[in-house]
Amino acid sequence: MAEINTGGGGGKNKGGKVRSKKASTRIDMTPMVDLGFLLITFFILATTLSKPSSMTLNVPDKTLKEETEPIKASNVMTVFLGDNNKAYYIFGKAANEDPKLETVGYGYEFRKAIQDNARKVPADKFVVVIKPTKVSNYKNMVDVLDEMAITKTKRYALVDALTPDEEKLLKDKAKLQI
Amino acid sequence: MTAMTDVAFLLLTFFILTAQFKSQDAASIETPSSISGIKVPDKDIMTIALGKDGKVYFGVDSQQDRITMLDNVAAIKGITFTDKEKKDFSLMSNFGVPINQLKAYLDLPDDQKAKVKQPGIPTDSTGAAVTNELKDWVFNSRKANNGLRIALKGDNLAKFPEFKNVLATLQAQNINKFNLITGTEAPPAGWKAD
Repeated sequence: MAEINTGGGGGKNKGGKVRSKKASTRIDMTPMVDLGFLLITFFILATTLSKPSSMTLNVPDKTLKEETEPIKASNVMTVFLGDNNKAYYIFGKAANEDPKLETVGYGYEFRKAIQDNARKVPADKFVVVIKPTKVSNYKNMVDVLDEMAITKTKRYALVDALTPDEEKLLKDKAKLQI
Repeated sequence: MTAMTDVAFLLLTFFILTAQFKSQDAASIETPSSISGIKVPDKDIMTIALGKDGKVYFGVDSQQDRITMLDNVAAIKGITFTDKEKKDFSLMSNFGVPINQLKAYLDLPDDQKAKVKQPGIPTDSTGAAVTNELKDWVFNSRKANNGLRIALKGDNLAKFPEFKNVLATLQAQNINKFNLITGTEAPPAGWKAD
């Protein structure tokens, strides 16, 4: 490795002159390399390379009472998050108008449902109301919020209270224990 | 061997320079993933973690803020901490111990701390009850450092009602904007950010 070749110790000269034996300049680097690899292993294991990302969540101020225009039920898609990674939605009708309760899984199925429904109403009128039920988990909620970002739905709301009508609907049709 | 050693030391240098150590958290949390590409800020951040069993853990990134925060909370609750306890507290990246058990927990030897199951910080659904200790921690950490941003880190399996309690606690203090820490996943093909 990093040695300087000095041609070894004293050669045998013809003249019989005896030279003093030079010490070798080779250094045994094995321990250093060992330590190097040990440190590499340590740093590889101790670092976090992929930094987590974050999504921002803004919720309305509870102290402010804003007068808002009521939204027509015909433009609203209400999504209920159920258990076992199932979502249920109604579209176009309020819960007391005997709407059709559709069941979807998260991911592609859900995305398609949003896109299909969004096409049925004027683009700026489409509203998604997300209602997680108490049997749903955190992942479901993040998945749905992420779907909002993917489908570029601008108007959506996260509402945690179910109305009695909605509760009845979910109990009757989806058999949810809520 | 020279070439290999060169590469090895190059890698070593790289890893030393880019190292950001994993912090020892009170509970391991598997976050859901999202397509959002916003990175979590490195400093001035408080993290409220929600474990899969619904326990709430709280942490602030700077050690100085941790001590100031502890002092503030201790003054309100009428508990005094010794310097050693404060120092031990400042070394914990997050914790999930109710305030009345905190002193006993800090007095444990280091090797036993890891074994104790932390019970989580009490919350409630209104966010303003006396028993809700998360609100005290959030309030006093912001008092210690006004520029703290808030990150919520929930486990995949955490139930929604528990998340709602955390949300209610923050909303009761008029905090309406925060970050949800998620893993990173690729957006669907052809998707473009606005």
